[in-house]
Amino acid sequence: MKLVVCVSYVPDTASKINVSLDGKSIEQAGVTYILNPYDEFAIEEALKLKEKFGGEVEIISLGGDKNKESIQKALAMGADNGILLKDDSYRDSMTIASGLAEEIKTLNADIVLFGKQSVDYDNGIIGQLTAELLGYNCVSVVTKLEISDKTVTAEREIEGGKEVVITSLPVVITAQKGLNEPRYASLKGIMAAKKKVIVEKTPSSCDNKVIIDGFTKPAPKQAGKIIGTDASAAAELVRLLKEEAKVI
Amino acid sequence: MENKILVFLEQRTGLIKRSSFEIASYAYSLSQKINASVEAITIGKEISNIEETGNYGISKVYFYKNAELDLYSSSAYKKIISSHIKENGNNLVLFSNTSMGKELSPLVAVMNDGALAVDCTKLEIENDTVKVTRPVYAGKAFMAAELKGDVNVITIRPNTFPLNKISESNAEIVVKKIDDLDLSVRVLEVIKSDSKLDVTEADIIVSGGRGLKAPENFKIVEELSQVLGAATGASRAVVDAGWRPHGEQVGQTGKTVSPNLYIALGISGAIQHLAGMRSSKYIVAINKDKDAPIFQVADYGIVGDLFEVVPELINELKKIKGNE
Repeated sequence: MKLVVCVSYVPDTASKINVSLDGKSIEQAGVTYILNPYDEFAIEEALKLKEKFGGEVEIISLGGDKNKESIQKALAMGADNGILLKDDSYRDSMTIASGLAEEIKTLNADIVLFGKQSVDYDNGIIGQLTAELLGYNCVSVVTKLEISDKTVTAEREIEGGKEVVITSLPVVITAQKGLNEPRYASLKGIMAAKKKVIVEKTPSSCDNKVIIDGFTKPAPKQAGKIIGTDASAAAELVRLLKEEAKVI
Repeated sequence: MENKILVFLEQRTGLIKRSSFEIASYAYSLSQKINASVEAITIGKEISNIEETGNYGISKVYFYKNAELDLYSSSAYKKIISSHIKENGNNLVLFSNTSMGKELSPLVAVMNDGALAVDCTKLEIENDTVKVTRPVYAGKAFMAAELKGDVNVITIRPNTFPLNKISESNAEIVVKKIDDLDLSVRVLEVIKSDSKLDVTEADIIVSGGRGLKAPENFKIVEELSQVLGAATGASRAVVDAGWRPHGEQVGQTGKTVSPNLYIALGISGAIQHLAGMRSSKYIVAINKDKDAPIFQVADYGIVGDLFEVVPELINELKKIKGNE
């Protein structure tokens, strides 16, 4: 089974995010980057599928040189090969997806996995875009996945519950927390990953249709009032919620 | 240029969702400001409240009706919506940013060679340029962008635009047959979660964190939720510890919420948690630690033991609820 996992490289969720003075970009100083947390579920699922069905796990990332760190981490977890589609320039979601799809086409993948969203731009759409560009079936925000022959049964999270979706290979899956427990890279895995060569390629250029005008920070929230230090404050809180905030 | 706006009305249980009517309302208000027409599209087996769409200013709804589409099918939906767009020449297509809207909108964008922006909290059309604003980094910043597609596909965050009932008149329903039904990706069944309300759809949320000390103590959070008719939420720490299901997690790697009232019990307020709930209209924090960052964003705080404060709060709420 040919498995592909697409990964990104994003600011740690504990990072403070600041906008540059000209409002055109996000400040890079003091921001720590990590493998996108949701991608770990996608990698783990691919490794489990490989253990069950055999085959290879290919890792692809589109972005700058730094993205190699995410690929490296996936290799250390047990993935077989890594490809960096190197492009430092801004790409909107559609042109990222077209770069990925172009490469995946050459790999004849049965299953392509993504994290359900990158925790930078929070779009959560690259998997679906790539699927449609490839002409693959797609199930997003998946918390359970079963493959039997060509049949794919997946549970996806929806408002107030989940839905069971049935489709067939080839398929793109975007992974939600709960799909599995991602493994830690073993020392042996880390050492082996260091020896692997990450193949660099240049994706075709294409025109962005989403042009970024700039970034702003949300207005700082005024700290409110402390209305008490024990249970006697409960009555006052209820009064404020009812009469001042009018939310109950 | 005349803009031809198409609003996708989402239903799962035979009822069009409130968040769809929100974007219907907003699309109508746009059409009053610029040269634009608005129509709506919906898909399903039976839908009881389609006519209501007229109340929000949309006079025509295309209903693609098929007995096989009792449950959602992304493959069928994407083809129906895309061919409708092509036939009618729509250049602006609006979805609600729900699990369905977020899955479908990219598929539809590719099929129409369009531009896509999701989870938008602002949408304006100025001199024929489509401008959106959307939260990034879980709301730690906002991104402003322009869409340059011949077809622009946009999803709007629920609770962003108000429902605006402008008339009593019903919409005209045009029932459409589906020629070539593609069920290659389809829902077999929907499993409802035990908790009654989902955090992304609730007006009030009561969330608990590590300050609850043990999973069984969450009954106090649930009890307060019940009195308020609220959804129950949780911090990442307690979800990671296995005390609560992931569906309840609020924060950067959980759900981003903006209810009218958010009550944080025993939650310190890590950056990733604040990112997921800071846009709530009113925030209440109850925490023993007066230096907890949650108090920086709270409108009302009680620095105290939640095991003493919350039972009293429940009593007080029952009193006023009893008087109503």
